[in-house]
Amino acid sequence: MTTEAVDPVDAVGAVAPAADPGFLQRHGATIEYILIPGAALVAALAVFGIFVALFGKNPLDLYFYMYYGAFGTWFSWQNTLTRAAPLILTALCTALPAQLGMVIIGGEGALLIGALSATSAALALQGLPPLVIQIAMVCAGVIGGGLWIMLAGGLRQYRGVNETISSLLLVYIALAILNHLVEGLMRDPASLNKPSTREIGAANMIGTIPGTDVHWGLVFGLIAAIAAYILIYHTVFGFAARVAGGNIRAAKIVGLGVSKLILTICFLAGGAAGLAGMVEVAAVQGRTNANLAAGYGFTGILVAFLARQNPLAVIPVAILLGGISASGGLLQRRLGLPDASVLVLQGIIFVFVLASDALYGRIGFLKGKS
Amino acid sequence: MADGSIGLWTVPLAVLGGAIRVSTPFLFVSLGECITERSGRINLGLEGTLVMGAMSAYGISYLSGSPWLGVLAAGVTGALLGALHAGICSLPRVNDIAVGIALMLFGTGLAFYLGKPLIEPTAPRLPAIDFGWWSDIPQVRAALRINVMFLIGVALAPILYWAFRTTRWGLLIRTAGESSDAARAMGHSVLLIRLRATMVGGFLAGIGGSFLSLFYPGSWNEGLSSGQGITAVALVIFARWDPMLCLWASLAFGGAAALGPALQSVGVTSGYHLFNAAPYILTLAIMIITCSPKRTLTGAPAELSITR
Repeated sequence: MTTEAVDPVDAVGAVAPAADPGFLQRHGATIEYILIPGAALVAALAVFGIFVALFGKNPLDLYFYMYYGAFGTWFSWQNTLTRAAPLILTALCTALPAQLGMVIIGGEGALLIGALSATSAALALQGLPPLVIQIAMVCAGVIGGGLWIMLAGGLRQYRGVNETISSLLLVYIALAILNHLVEGLMRDPASLNKPSTREIGAANMIGTIPGTDVHWGLVFGLIAAIAAYILIYHTVFGFAARVAGGNIRAAKIVGLGVSKLILTICFLAGGAAGLAGMVEVAAVQGRTNANLAAGYGFTGILVAFLARQNPLAVIPVAILLGGISASGGLLQRRLGLPDASVLVLQGIIFVFVLASDALYGRIGFLKGKS
Repeated sequence: MADGSIGLWTVPLAVLGGAIRVSTPFLFVSLGECITERSGRINLGLEGTLVMGAMSAYGISYLSGSPWLGVLAAGVTGALLGALHAGICSLPRVNDIAVGIALMLFGTGLAFYLGKPLIEPTAPRLPAIDFGWWSDIPQVRAALRINVMFLIGVALAPILYWAFRTTRWGLLIRTAGESSDAARAMGHSVLLIRLRATMVGGFLAGIGGSFLSLFYPGSWNEGLSSGQGITAVALVIFARWDPMLCLWASLAFGGAAALGPALQSVGVTSGYHLFNAAPYILTLAIMIITCSPKRTLTGAPAELSITR
C-alpha cells in the first residue's frame, strides 16, 4: 500500500518547462487548486472594493493600505507573521478532521481550553526552570485542546451527534468555563478592571525569533503544519484517514479502525488549536483572560477552507489572512473604516471561495486526461 | 434586589419572565430554521441573519421612528441573506454547512460594520402589553410585560404545524426534504422550493433579531447576540423538526438562559458564567441523549446533510 500513488497536491511548486505541451493537462488539478481559490480571492477583493466605494472611500487607497499594512514594510510583515502563527494552528483544527469528511468548527474553543491548561500548568510549576515550564505548557495546551475536540469526535462516533454543531456549542461552553475560572478560582486579585489569571512570569515566556519581533509560535505553527502534511499524505495512517474520509464503508470493509482514526485525528486537530492558545499565552498575553477569544479560531476555519484543507497550503493562506487582519488597524486610521471591515472582507472571501467549489473540473483549457 | 417580601420567589418569577422574553428570538429563529430544514437544507448562517436583523431593525426604527417598520426591514434583510445562502447552495458541489458558516461570519461582520453609527443613538422600541396589571408585586408585573412579538411567535407555531400537515406548500416542502427525486418526479423544482423555504426561514430569523434590538435587551451593540442563532439551529434538532416542540423548547431555553441573571439578582453570583452557558450545555446534553449512531433521528428530513 503506497501512499504516494494519487496525490494531486504533491506537485505544488513543481517547476516544469513551459514548452511542454501536455503540461496544463497533466497538472490540471494542481493548477485548479491554485487558480480557482486565487480567482475567488480576487473577486472577493473586487466586491469589497465596490462595497467601500459605496461609503465614499477610494478602493485603490483601500488596496494600497491593505498591501502596505500587511506586506509593505518589515514592521507590517512582522505583524502579519505574528497573526499568522495562531491561524496556521487553528486552521489545522478544521483541516485535519476534514480529511475524514468531518466539519469541525470549534477551534476557538480548543484554543481557549489550551490557553487555560497551559496557564494552569505554568502557574502550578512556578519556580522550576523556564524550559521545563515551557515544555509543560506545550504539553498541557496540546492535551487540553486535543481532548476538547476529541470530545466532539467521540460524540460523533459513539453517539451520532453532529460534530459541526457540537464543536460550535463547545466554543461557547469553553468561553463560559474560561470566564468562570478567570473571575473565580484562578483570578489574580490584582487584576481589577480586566479579570485575569496571574502572570506566568516573564522568564517563562517563549520570546521572539532572534532578529525579529515575531514570536516562536510561528515556528510551532510551521512545524505543526509540515508534520500534519507528512502525516496525511506520506504515512499509512494518513492514507487510512483519507480512505475513511472518501468512503467510510470501504474503510470498514478493509478493516480500518474508524473509531481510532476519528479520535486520533480529532485529538491532533484540537491539539493544534490548543497549541495556538498556549502560544497566545506564552508569547503575547502572558496570562489568561477574555482577550484570548479574539476570533483566531473562527478565522482559522476560513483559512482551512481557502487552503482546500491541505495542511501545507494552510501556511501561505494563514499569512495572507494574517496580513488582512494586520492591515485592519491601518485601514481604521487612514481610511476611517470600522474595525469590522476585516470581518466583512473575510465573510466575502469565504462566500466566494465556497461558491467557487462549483468551478472545479469545468475549466475548458485544463480539461484533459486528468 | 433586597426586598424581603417575596424573597427567593424572585428566581422562578425571573425565570418565567425570562422564558417569555428571552425565548422570543429562539422561537422565531427555530421556526424559521424548521421550515428551511424541512425542505432538506440546513442554514447555519442564521446567527449572522439574527445579528443583521437586529442591526437593520434598530437602524430603520431609528431613522423612520416606527419600530414596526424596523421589524419589517429585519425580515426583508433576513430573507435576502436566506436567498444568498440558497443561491450559493444551489451551485453544484457546494456544502450547505460551510456556506452557513461563511454567512455567519459575513452577516455579523456586515452588521458590525453598518451598525457602528447606531451604538450611540436610541431608537423607538416595540411596545409591550401589560398582562400583570392585577398584581401589586413589581416582579410579577415585570415578568408579565409581554411583547406582541412573543404572542405572534406563539401563534405561528401551531399555524406552521397545521401548514406542514395539510397545505399544499407544507407538503411540497416536506417532499423536497424527504426525497428530492420524488419532488422532481412531481414536476417541481427542488432548488426553487428550497430557495423559498430558506428565504422564509431567513425572514423569521431576521424578525427574531429585531426583537433583540427593539425589545429585549433593547439596544444595539456588538455583543447583542451570543450564539442565540446557533443555539436555535441546534434547538430544531432537539425539537425533532416539529414546530410545536420548537415552541416548548424555546421556552425551556429562554428559562435556562434567564437562570444566570435571576440567580445573580438574589446574590448567587459564583456560577454566573456557567449558568449563562446553560442553553449550550442543555443543547449538547439533549443531543447526546437523543442522537444515536445506529439510526437517523426520528422525524429528520431524509435529505438533510446533517443527519446523513
